[in-house]
Amino acid sequence: MGEPAFDPAAPLTPTGNLRRRRAVSRVAESGATLGAAIAVAVLGIVVYSVFVHGVSALSLDFLLEGEPDGIGPALVGTAELVLIATLIAMPIGVLVAVYLVEFGGRLAAPIRLTLDVMNGYPSIIVGVFIFALIVEATHKQSAIAASIALAMIMLSIIARGTEEVLRLVPDAMREAAAALGVSRWRAVLTVILPSAMGGIATATILGVARAAGETAPLILIDSVWDGSHVSLDPLGPVPNIPVTIYKLSEEASPEGFARAWGAGFVLLFLIMLANVGARVLLARSRRRMAP
Amino acid sequence: MSSATSPAAPGAARPAARRSRDWRRTFDRFGDGALYGVCALAVAIAVGALALSAYQVFDHASPAISKFGLGFLTSAEWQPNFDVYGAGTLLYGTLVSSFFALLIGGPIAISIGLYLSLLAPKGVRGVVSPLVEMLAAIPSVILGFWGLILLAPFVQQHVEPFLHDNFGFIPLFGAPQTTGASVFTASLILTIMVIPIIASISRDLFLAVPRDVQDGASALGATRWEVVRGIVLPTTAPGVIAASLLGLGRALGEAIAVSQLIGAGEKIDVSLFETGDTLAARIANQFPGAITEMHKASLYYCAAILLAIVLASNLGAQWIGRRFDYRRMAE
Repeated sequence: MGEPAFDPAAPLTPTGNLRRRRAVSRVAESGATLGAAIAVAVLGIVVYSVFVHGVSALSLDFLLEGEPDGIGPALVGTAELVLIATLIAMPIGVLVAVYLVEFGGRLAAPIRLTLDVMNGYPSIIVGVFIFALIVEATHKQSAIAASIALAMIMLSIIARGTEEVLRLVPDAMREAAAALGVSRWRAVLTVILPSAMGGIATATILGVARAAGETAPLILIDSVWDGSHVSLDPLGPVPNIPVTIYKLSEEASPEGFARAWGAGFVLLFLIMLANVGARVLLARSRRRMAP
Repeated sequence: MSSATSPAAPGAARPAARRSRDWRRTFDRFGDGALYGVCALAVAIAVGALALSAYQVFDHASPAISKFGLGFLTSAEWQPNFDVYGAGTLLYGTLVSSFFALLIGGPIAISIGLYLSLLAPKGVRGVVSPLVEMLAAIPSVILGFWGLILLAPFVQQHVEPFLHDNFGFIPLFGAPQTTGASVFTASLILTIMVIPIIASISRDLFLAVPRDVQDGASALGATRWEVVRGIVLPTTAPGVIAASLLGLGRALGEAIAVSQLIGAGEKIDVSLFETGDTLAARIANQFPGAITEMHKASLYYCAAILLAIVLASNLGAQWIGRRFDYRRMAE
């Protein structure tokens, strides 16, 4: 690069080339910072606008009454759907994780791959699948079918999250249990799972947060209902929040939009709450597990 | 537990204790077997559900597959009134909207990853990292609704005219339409969905780059950017590509937000500012109202195509990610 011969006495000042390199570096650094700022700003804008528009629609009646005044039945319905889905997905997810960690062996890798594929599975495909499997066979939409679809979406989140914390359980605990003559199943039920409880709860809450806002499967499986009163029959469709928002956004009427903002605010608030809660729980259980 | 933990008892002298131990041993053997059985059953259910879903989708699509064949992929004709279907427009819309989401979102997400792993002070990282991940928690129906009410009008009034006036010579930036619903707006929403996925994976990748190698480069006089370009990015490139493929899979399969924003167009337009449609959005829009068998079968066919594309991109991501892990272990 045509540098002059090295002169030990020369002062260490930046030459033109170094100045350019430093400038490039600084530009790159501010570019990266800008990227992060954009992401946080987008989150801020979305949450802020949902908050501002949603709060004005909010009232006690809005939360308790049925359509057309409020979203009470839809709230109850979403709670029911998510509850049933959790009851299905949590045992299966935890057991899959136990299998991976305790019995894994050669099958662990393909099973993990399956879970990863499931995690990236488009939710609309899950909806189409459950529609083909259950709704077409029974000729009607039902809450139980919708819950199964949501459970399928939650499953990989719970299984992978649980697997991660089960791996954090120190091997010393397994060995101690074995040395005391405790059989495998007793060790899993009384030592390993209890010490991973915090992580399992975190994974389940994250799964719930994901399932609560899932709309695509519900449009196919649980979308024809009357939102004016509460219905809990799991064999029939139940009103729910995501489809309520979707329908209102398609209707394009100003007061419908106001209600959609309100429903969106309630849903987003609950989901954010669940996420923050899961994070706090995870941090606490990590701290407890760390030596 | 006490009988198992007590020091070796003179077994023969206490038949009752031995009997209880024998019983316990049988019980434990049964318990171990049962636990294994239940876990294996859970795995079978999970794997079975996935396999069954793929089978069901393709099975229900078979009437349309046998009627339209592979021409379905290229035909842009979608006329429920005449029972003629082709997914060309949808396939094009799916690929284009996801591609632009990745094109815009990828660099932003990677720079977020760089910022969080290398630049941010610890306190800032602890706040910004969860916020970026929180972006992924916003339900798509809310993001879509937000996009419909606030983003689409803004894009239509400001962004699209700006791009058209300044870069109108590129055919992609045609004249803006009257509503904000367009492939471009849908891409922007997909961008928001893709960013947190790629950002959080690439942040973890960058954090895993050995510190001493970076310090070595710095000691040789490399600037921060040169460390990133010369060491951090090359060593993590396969992982970043895998992360991008995962993000792509998310964008390809998004149904709700896209159907709210893309405008359900019926033809292929070069301009991004025209309406279009994607496979997933078309399924969400028309599935509940499909009456004829062929209409439904065609929608199943769309689902099968989508499934194949998303599987390919996810498996590709896994494959690259795994090879990347091996290479690192060898080092």
